[in-house]
Amino acid sequence: MAVDSVRSDIALLYRRAGFGLRGVELDALVPAGYEAAVEGLIFGLTVPDPGGDAVAVPSFPNPRLPGRTASLSERQAASAELRAGLSALQEWWLQRMVATSTPLREKLTLFWHGHFATGASKVRDPKLMYLQNQLFRTRGWGSFEALTQAVAKDGAMMFWLDTETDKKAHPNENFARELMELFTIGIGNYTQDDVTAGARAFTGWAYSRQTYRYFFQAAQHDYGTKVFLDQSGEFNGTDIISILVSKAESARFVLAKLWSHFAYPVKPEDPVVDDLIGTYGSGFDVAGSLRTVFLHPMFRSAQTRTGLVKQPIEYLVGLARALGLGAAASPSGGGGGRLTLALVASALGQEPLNPPNVGGWGQNSYWLDTATAEVRLEAALLLARRADLSSIESVSVSQRSAVLADLLGLDGWGPTTASALERQADRPEQLVALALASPDYVVA
Amino acid sequence: MTWTSPPQPSSPSLDDPGRPDQPGGASGLSRRQFLVGAGVLGTAAATLGVLASTRPWDQVAKPTSASSASASGPLVLVTLYGGNDGLNTVIPYTDPAYLSLRPNLGYQPSQVLPLAEGLALNPKLPGLLSLWKSGQLAIVRGVSYPSPNLSHFASMAIWQTANVTDGTGSGWLGRWLDSAGDGPERAISIGATLPPALRGDKEAAAAITGPTLTLPGDSAFQKAYAAMQTPSPDRVGLVADVATSGRDLLGIRQRLANLQAPASGGGGGDTGTGGTHPTGAGSGLAGPNGITAALGVVSDLIVAGASAQVYQVSLASFDTHAEEKVNHERLLSELDGAVTAFFKALDGSSHAKNVVLMTYSEFGRRPAENASGGTDHGTAAPLFVAGPNVQGGKFYGEQPSLTRLDADGNLISNVDFRQVYATVLEKAVGSDPAAVLGGQFQTLAFV
Repeated sequence: MAVDSVRSDIALLYRRAGFGLRGVELDALVPAGYEAAVEGLIFGLTVPDPGGDAVAVPSFPNPRLPGRTASLSERQAASAELRAGLSALQEWWLQRMVATSTPLREKLTLFWHGHFATGASKVRDPKLMYLQNQLFRTRGWGSFEALTQAVAKDGAMMFWLDTETDKKAHPNENFARELMELFTIGIGNYTQDDVTAGARAFTGWAYSRQTYRYFFQAAQHDYGTKVFLDQSGEFNGTDIISILVSKAESARFVLAKLWSHFAYPVKPEDPVVDDLIGTYGSGFDVAGSLRTVFLHPMFRSAQTRTGLVKQPIEYLVGLARALGLGAAASPSGGGGGRLTLALVASALGQEPLNPPNVGGWGQNSYWLDTATAEVRLEAALLLARRADLSSIESVSVSQRSAVLADLLGLDGWGPTTASALERQADRPEQLVALALASPDYVVA
Repeated sequence: MTWTSPPQPSSPSLDDPGRPDQPGGASGLSRRQFLVGAGVLGTAAATLGVLASTRPWDQVAKPTSASSASASGPLVLVTLYGGNDGLNTVIPYTDPAYLSLRPNLGYQPSQVLPLAEGLALNPKLPGLLSLWKSGQLAIVRGVSYPSPNLSHFASMAIWQTANVTDGTGSGWLGRWLDSAGDGPERAISIGATLPPALRGDKEAAAAITGPTLTLPGDSAFQKAYAAMQTPSPDRVGLVADVATSGRDLLGIRQRLANLQAPASGGGGGDTGTGGTHPTGAGSGLAGPNGITAALGVVSDLIVAGASAQVYQVSLASFDTHAEEKVNHERLLSELDGAVTAFFKALDGSSHAKNVVLMTYSEFGRRPAENASGGTDHGTAAPLFVAGPNVQGGKFYGEQPSLTRLDADGNLISNVDFRQVYATVLEKAVGSDPAAVLGGQFQTLAFV
């Protein structure tokens, strides 16, 4: 009994802090216990990732953009090249998630992509999107301040939110506003005057598309005194970020968001956030905060177990890992057709590296509508056909749904789902497709 | 920089080469699904491709069933995401303050499409000008709400919930669905994700990406899928919600299938093959045009006599902080073409006499341009209301002053968007506005 609950808890942990675990993999972790499983995931934040690193980074297209005088065909050719480069990069990331040996780091990278949501639709150059993605991967677990400072000087972000065009004569408010509203302290904790002052502080920040480096244009910077969140000084952008992340509201905002994406949605004022503030501390420690989340009693509660709908990307990566689909769903050779996980994720409403807006994707009911249900069912059947189902086929019909639950890292099926699965237990592909489309699996 | 729309991915490359489709309807993920799902990167022409070949009701004049006849509406809601620049949409071109606020971004009097009262349409809106001239386009000026919020998310939430305090709670049309209580097909959103406006506490609108819904798998598979959605006490919270979305999918699929079934025996099955799309956009479409395709689906459903009382389509990327002119013109041109094609497709249909289309965006933009060739977040903006029964060729509400601005340099509103909602709820949706909006709002006379 005790073993069963440890196994169930580790399965939950891996569904949330990773992309799920197959039954055999779970069995190997149970003897060492839940806390050891948490430490293993946290340890993975800082060590090499042989699985993920084995997935080759695609080459990047020439980012030179045709000028206004370019012909239509030249522009279309350049657009097509960038589009192809982006597609390759999107699939690279999904395959990296499927292959990773350090799942929490990839999950956290996905989290930061949703938090500092930046879209390739405006950034265009896939190399800039790659550099931002690597930033989340390499610095996402350390200090939130250091991460935010780096994101503010990240090329993709600077083009996405127009920091790059923020000039002394006419400050551009886009980045300053979203920095406060969406990245650090949340709405209601600042005024329009703070937005204006913040925009002045970031004037002169620029980025070279040629060298892929941030640089500072002193002539465009407003060196004047700014009044920002009741402080006054000759602030620059770095100062603004330091002020923001040090606010008590910022800790609550960031920690509530972490809890919301790993456990269940909460607002910054939720009492569970109180329990996370200590480890986040003055070092803005992300890895430490994650450990506290996973070790919190509420993390293993029923509320967490039914608290999140899987986002399409984690849904697809999870089922690809469980069913050994990584290679099968990747581009087929020889110029034939292709079906990529990134394309399926896009069809489900979550195009990697291209969130709908700077707010990122929503949660839970955001993923529940008839269009998504339809594509989910189609995708489930198509992917089930490509999966290696020998472990299902090799057991008797009556055992199949239980074996399948174990393969998918679930404790079992609810009665309604179990009886529906029973109807197709003699047809492995259909059985697996139904299971993947079931409410039990869609809820993480 | 200027960018053309990305070219269409070539559809054959998206087909599943691994296994042929099985008989009995078991098929791979359809091209349409993938293409439509690819969303931002431009794929709606694929929808049009499907429309051109799978619209069996195309040439079948269908009698109206009693349930689909409607004395008012439907309402077609056009969401413009990002904050549409009202001052460069309906342009106060005779006001000297306009060009002094916008020396680079403003339009010269010679460039605009004059309406009346010193206002003109953006040069990229010739189709809307025609509607105005024929009395089918009304413009409501200076629309916003008390203490406007300059955040995209907060302001869009306020518009979508009609809760001006903090934008929380159910969607305004979701509350209407809750009170109507007869299923998701009463409101249909075209697109991969459902906007909060159409989500109630109990009911949610259907979201579809094309005019038909074909479930994968054979009959036994589909029956098992249907059984899996059965409500049951063992399902609560999100697990129950997932099952509800599955049941809604089965419900809307059935309704769409009924709509396509020929009214009298035979003839409906193959008439769509090779037919041309009534919007004229089905063939020879130069580039992707998501809102054109989406409004094409809506016009198809209306002409076919669908019982939906509300439709929703959207167009994104109006957040023009930088290099606004070229991007904004491209968006307005897309909107203009889509709306024009939509009304052309409806022309003559007995179901389309009372159609009311309205646009809205979360806010307008700052009157003064910024240094990036764009504009920052603003407040009040005009919105369009169009349809055969609309009291068009007229303005409603006052034009906000360009010289009396608020503390942030933004326009001061004189029409509360809930007045517009109250009007369309009463006249197009056929519902009690006070119940949905939680209070009385003076209606406007545009319909």
